[in-house]
Amino acid sequence: MENLVLHLDNIQKNFAGLRALADVNLHIEKGKTHAIIGPNGAGKSTLLNVCVGRLAPDSGKVIFDGDELTGLKPHEITQKGVARVFQTPEIFQELTLLENTMLPALSKRDGAFSFNPFRTMRSQTDINDEAQDILEDVGLAEQMKQIAGSLSRGDKRRLELAMCLILRPRLLLLDEPTAGMSRHDTNQTIELLNKIKKGGMTKIIIEHDMHVVFSLADKVSVLARGKIIASGLPEDVRGDPVVKEAYLGGAQE
Amino acid sequence: MKQKLFNDTTLFLTFAAAILLMPIWLAPLGASYPDLLQKFAIYGIFAIGYNILFGLTGYLSFGHAAFLGVGSYAAVWSFKLFTMNAIPAVLFGVFFAGVLALIIGYLSLRRSGIYFSILTLAFAQMSYNLAYSVLTPITNGETGLQLTLQDPRMIDAMFIEVGEGLPITNLFGIKMSGYSGFYFCAVLLIICFYISLRIFRSPFGLMLRGIKSNQNRMNYTGLNTRPYMLAAFVISGMFAGLAGSLLAVTDPLAGAERMQWTASGEVVLMTILGGVGTLIGPILGAGLIKYFENIFSSFNNNILHDFFSFLPDTLENIVVQVTGLFVGGGWHLTLGLLFVIVVVYLPGGIVEGFQRLARLLSRKKQPDKTSSSLKNQSAE
Ligand SMILES: Nc1ncnc2c1ncn2[C@@H]1O[C@H](COP(=O)(O)OP(=O)(O)O)[C@@H](O)[C@H]1O
Ligand SMILES: [Mg+2]
Repeated sequence: MENLVLHLDNIQKNFAGLRALADVNLHIEKGKTHAIIGPNGAGKSTLLNVCVGRLAPDSGKVIFDGDELTGLKPHEITQKGVARVFQTPEIFQELTLLENTMLPALSKRDGAFSFNPFRTMRSQTDINDEAQDILEDVGLAEQMKQIAGSLSRGDKRRLELAMCLILRPRLLLLDEPTAGMSRHDTNQTIELLNKIKKGGMTKIIIEHDMHVVFSLADKVSVLARGKIIASGLPEDVRGDPVVKEAYLGGAQE
Repeated sequence: MKQKLFNDTTLFLTFAAAILLMPIWLAPLGASYPDLLQKFAIYGIFAIGYNILFGLTGYLSFGHAAFLGVGSYAAVWSFKLFTMNAIPAVLFGVFFAGVLALIIGYLSLRRSGIYFSILTLAFAQMSYNLAYSVLTPITNGETGLQLTLQDPRMIDAMFIEVGEGLPITNLFGIKMSGYSGFYFCAVLLIICFYISLRIFRSPFGLMLRGIKSNQNRMNYTGLNTRPYMLAAFVISGMFAGLAGSLLAVTDPLAGAERMQWTASGEVVLMTILGGVGTLIGPILGAGLIKYFENIFSSFNNNILHDFFSFLPDTLENIVVQVTGLFVGGGWHLTLGLLFVIVVVYLPGGIVEGFQRLARLLSRKKQPDKTSSSLKNQSAE
């Protein structure tokens, strides 16, 4: 099946006796949006941490487009085309929105090492234009010159999304990208994510909001107590009695 | 965007003019004699370089004195072995400091935060102890490395007739003491300032600021932060080496005490006092500390009695007694108080103080508040 782009094989991770991930197997299709849902503490963020090299799994393998990611450093994984939006926004608080967005583009170009102290930022017009376009897309172009730390929580998430999008990743991992957003902002984000879907980017999205999941996901997997207990089309998963018992029953009003 | 370019050019030209005219405008402060001016310029270079590491990346090194010391030793060896010309001495100083910075940086940058600071401190103290004891053949241990009449001075020996007594340092015949010595240091300071300005405005500088702001996110943008950090570390080590070699150019001897941790601490104080991460701040901090060390420390009670002679005798005596604590040998006390005040009330250092003052003044001048605050922002 050559249309599978990401394989998580037998991933296990323990934290001092706590079993966070117990033998997770997951295969993600190219160009699709795959949602992972599950109750708090199920191990969803831990799973993404294993994918991007923030945590090393105790056993198991992560294979992305034929390359093994386990054992690589975060920047190497990012250079292979994996970008991540964190559960609490990781941005450059002291820098402007434009600088925040330009930095990933610079890293993408000069990531390994390019000593460039005698070029000026002003001469980086390509990167500057690109960053402005992306900020436009996420609706932050007007605040371009502002310091990122002054943004609202929802805007910080959007900025972080812009910082990931400018990397033009092949795999985008989103950890609760709409948490803390108003309904209006949430809908805007859904629209934006649906728009970039056309670019053929594969996405894994962790989400609590069922509205977001059913608007975006092609496929849904349910993670509970470190195990995938169900996987399938959104409608099927919604109807699955096992899932209802483990998770949805409590979460859906 | 265009306006910013103009601002940088003006900034640079103003800076260059201010440095070159120091002998004039520092005269009323009693600080225009060449020895002190040389120190201003040299420690300015040291602080500018330190700020490239600490100001841009936020990595606090406690070991930069090691590079200062190596710069001095390398320069004196250049005087002993090759020539009294300042140029090779400076080049050797920068080169050897760069090599040492590469080694210490490579090892220390495996850690961040407090552990990085401790590692740099440990390496610098190690260098100090080596210079003091084991490496005596190279450093002449306790006595310090000095010129002697027996030195080969191979290049000089080929071109110049050996005169009586110890030769003096020079730049193609211009002697490197007095005002000509100062101007040599001043020109190098201006070049260093220019380099620092370019680094601040470059993609490299922005990446370093990204590392300071959020190293974790920097990793997830795909940047390998290690080589960038090492480059910043080596550059700042080379600036320190340049400063060290200039100390030897103006006074050709080198001792291990130049590598001691107090010297490393001093450059941290200079940078914080002036304004961490600002272009001008570290130079202001360096100037202020050297001014205190050299001028304030020489005030004695006689000067104070003169100063307060308009007061009635008893009051004059009391005032002199009290203020006497803060001058002369007590200059450390004044400096300490100043430091505390700056850190508590002006975390951005003296530069922040000036910025606040400018904002206050411009607000008074033009009631149109929005336009003035905009102007201030773009000027930063
Ligand atoms: N770095 C860590 N150290 C110890 N325990 C952790 C760590 N990260 C997560 N955990 C634990 O692992 C479990 C799964 O956490 P997480 O993956 O964050 O869950 P969620 O599905 O809510 O994102 C939780 O019980 C959490 O406390
Ligand atoms: Mg989570």
